[in-house]
Amino acid sequence: MIFDVQVEVLLRPGIADPAGSTIERSLPTLGFDGVRDVRVGKSIRFSLDAADEAAARALAGDMCARFLTNPVIEDAVVSVAAAGGGS
Amino acid sequence: MSATVGVVVFPGTNCEFDSADAVRLLGAEPRMLWHQNRTVGDVDAVIVPGGFAHGDYLRPGAIARFSPVMEAVAEFAASGGPVVGICNGFQVLTEAGLLPGALQKNAGLKFVCAPAALRVETTSTVLTRDASVGDILNIPVNHFEGNYTCSPETLAELRSDDRIVLRYVDNPNGSVDDIAGICNAQRNVVGLMPHPERATSALLGSTDGLVLLGSLLAAATV
Repeated sequence: MIFDVQVEVLLRPGIADPAGSTIERSLPTLGFDGVRDVRVGKSIRFSLDAADEAAARALAGDMCARFLTNPVIEDAVVSVAAAGGGS
Repeated sequence: MSATVGVVVFPGTNCEFDSADAVRLLGAEPRMLWHQNRTVGDVDAVIVPGGFAHGDYLRPGAIARFSPVMEAVAEFAASGGPVVGICNGFQVLTEAGLLPGALQKNAGLKFVCAPAALRVETTSTVLTRDASVGDILNIPVNHFEGNYTCSPETLAELRSDDRIVLRYVDNPNGSVDDIAGICNAQRNVVGLMPHPERATSALLGSTDGLVLLGSLLAAATV
């Protein structure tokens, strides 16, 4: 089966996010007040051929641990959905 | 016989000629090692120089660590060979697992390009054996992702094992504990963000890089 995989990579809690804090400091200058906890990450999307959803999740998790993230500073949130799922 | 120093070249490396010139200035022979090489040959030391290996795509060093030459560099290091990663080379060595921790974006998102005063913290490494503890070296930094970060456990280990090689006198990038350079447990692999190869001539503003690269060559010939 083909699955659509989305990996969201974010800095781990407690790791300073200079890009996020710079955006947070800049928004009020445009009048956007009340914004907090800005975090900047990256999104990696791909199609993956796997036996079932559990297998797809396991593969994506392994990719994150070994390549897509640096576990010293980053965490990943993985979403897996059957391809062509409508949305 | 003079030492031969391998200088690793990835697509996007840009400090290989400066590094080679510095090696030559110190009387040794540089040899470029293309990233697809599966061996480092008979070199006596390896420099992983600065630049933007593989465009720094994904993360600095993340792709470079899969280059065939890195397996050969890891074997060379495991056999005790002296290895120094400078700037992007330091990032590559952390991604390759040869050194602990990671290099994060600079605090304040500032690209820093300036001379930096560094304090030598230990002389028991291949990069500092000819220096003295407490020496202040003036060596330029030039990076966006040089903010050394590691777990509290790793930091405790680096401190207790005397593996913090160089500290910034005036921290330019937010590195934990002012760390500018560290070494592995065997002390033959060193990574540092500053560029000693750019501090090799009075014309460049400083010759303080010579004692570091000279140490590497001395370590290479024992």
